[in-house]
This record gives sequence, structure tokens and C-alpha cells, in this order.
Amino acid sequence: MSDLLKIADKTYRSRLLVGTGKYADFAQTRAAIDASGAEIITVAIRRTNIGQTAGEPSLLDFLPPEQFTYLPNTAGCYSADDAVRTLRLARELLDGHKLVKLEVLGDPNTLYPNMIETIAAAKTLVKDGFDVMVYCSDDPIIAKQLEDIGCCAVMPLASLIGSGMGILNPWNLQIIIENAKIPVLVDAGVGTASDAAIAMELGCQGVLMNTAIAAARNPVLMAGAMKKAVEAGRDAYLAGRMPKKLYSASPSSPTSGLIA
Amino acid sequence: MQLTINGKPRSFEAASFNVANLVQNLDLGGKRLAIELNGEIVPRSQFEATLLADGDQLEIVGAVGGG
Repeated sequence: MSDLLKIADKTYRSRLLVGTGKYADFAQTRAAIDASGAEIITVAIRRTNIGQTAGEPSLLDFLPPEQFTYLPNTAGCYSADDAVRTLRLARELLDGHKLVKLEVLGDPNTLYPNMIETIAAAKTLVKDGFDVMVYCSDDPIIAKQLEDIGCCAVMPLASLIGSGMGILNPWNLQIIIENAKIPVLVDAGVGTASDAAIAMELGCQGVLMNTAIAAARNPVLMAGAMKKAVEAGRDAYLAGRMPKKLYSASPSSPTSGLIA
Repeated sequence: MQLTINGKPRSFEAASFNVANLVQNLDLGGKRLAIELNGEIVPRSQFEATLLADGDQLEIVGAVGGG
């Protein structure tokens, strides 16, 4: 059985997308990503250190773009203009690569997204030919608007970026999933493997995480745990869980043939 | 010639050079990067053909770890 994640006409075996930030070094980054099985990895776009980088290894040496699908992000952007500018540079950097992660932040303390600026940027980027995976609040109306604009995936937060607080509003996520015709991925807030499994059981098409792996005591072990959790959650979703029976038990063993 | 690169002023001896020369001069040859000149992206194929002028503002960016 092939159950593939499809984003903007390309298919992926892994439903776990991972970030490349906050690791101890590039070797650990690579080891964790290998353990996660992720095919799509996010990167940030930043000014090059002039005069200090000659001969120094770069992220791309450890994670060759030929082996992974890069997902350049707009982390740190607080306006639509900055986000669009950043992703145009990313497209040039990655030889015309179109798949991007749009995020426009609204507040440095919570890193909560500014959806008004995000929507403005999404419109420009879609018109400009980008395939836009968009980080958003878990508001079902906003998610639908982003889909209507032409984004290829919506990625509502489970809780605040880097907080590890897990899925705070499964009901909103479920409304978004039920209304969407494009993939819904949880982005931000996953803290441990069970959070990822719950996201997948709700019907998410995938999960994007960084800190939950990078800030674990053993990132490589956690990366493997996340891989299994995403797979287990997906299988459970596809299998269809038993209905919950409130206040009534049902024995698993036969009730006849008892010796007494 | 005076240029502003990634927000910092830098002086160069040569009176005339192109973006490709600048990349070599900054020891960035062979690195994967993208360059913006006065707010406009300079495609890699245009590095040789794009001459720099006194007062130009450049942004030189690369990919780094991030979520």
C-alpha cells in the first residue's frame, strides 16, 4: 500500500518535515535528520558572514540539496514585503526552487503569526509562481482563505513556536482539516512523540517540527521517536479508531463458556 | 570605490569591477549564495555582466539552519 504525502504535485514517503536549527553542530543536524527519515527540511535565509566563512563548512555541505527537498522559510520576518523579498532571494539561492514556507510573525515574545501580513505575502507569492506552505494561526476561516488564495498547504500552529506545549486546540485543527482540500500540517508546538501522533490521528497530512527534536536531551533518538509517532498516528487515522463508549465497558473475551 | 555590503561599509581599491569579481574578492567563490544589488536580485548568470558603482548597496545571503 502506498500512502504518500502530496504537496504541489510532488509526492513524499515521509510525513515528518523537520527544521535544521538549534543543533549542536552540523554533524548532529545530519544524524538527527537521517534518523527522522524526513525528506523535506526547512532552512533559513541569512546574511553571509563576509570574511569569516572561507573554508568553513556550511549547512549545505552536510545536507546536499540534491538529497533533500529544501523548504526555505521566512523566519524573523515581520512584514509581507520582507517575507516576499526573502523568498525571492531563496529562489535564486536554490536555482529556481519554488516550494517555500511562508511565516510572517507579529510579536517577538510569542512569535504568533500576523495573519494580515501573511495573507498579503501569500497573494504576492502565489501570483509570482511560488508553491506556498503557510504557517498560520489555527483559525478555520483564515485557513480557508489561504487555501482560496492558492497556497499548496496550510500549517496551523499546535501551540507557540518552540514552546513544546503540544496540541492545545484539537477542535480547531479538526475543523480546519475537515474544511480543507489541500494538505493540513501541524507546524510549531509539538513537544514529544505523542503530540505528533495525536496530530496525525486528527487527520493531519504531516507534521513540521524543529525544537522538539533539536532540544531533546538526545536529538537523534528523539528524531527516530518522531518518525515512528508520525507513522503510527497516520496508520491509526487510516485504520479508523473504535468509537468511544462513554460509561459502558465491553469485554474483549467471550462471555460464554466460563467454568463457573 | 565604496560599497555597503550586508549593512556594513566597505572600501575597494579597484575603480571598476563586477559582481563576479566581488564574490572572488570576498573569498566567497564556489559558495551557494544569492545577491541583491540595490534591492534587485542579480541572477548568478549575470554576475559577470553586472558592474558595480560607488555607493551601491548589496545583500549577500546564504542558507543556514532554521525551522
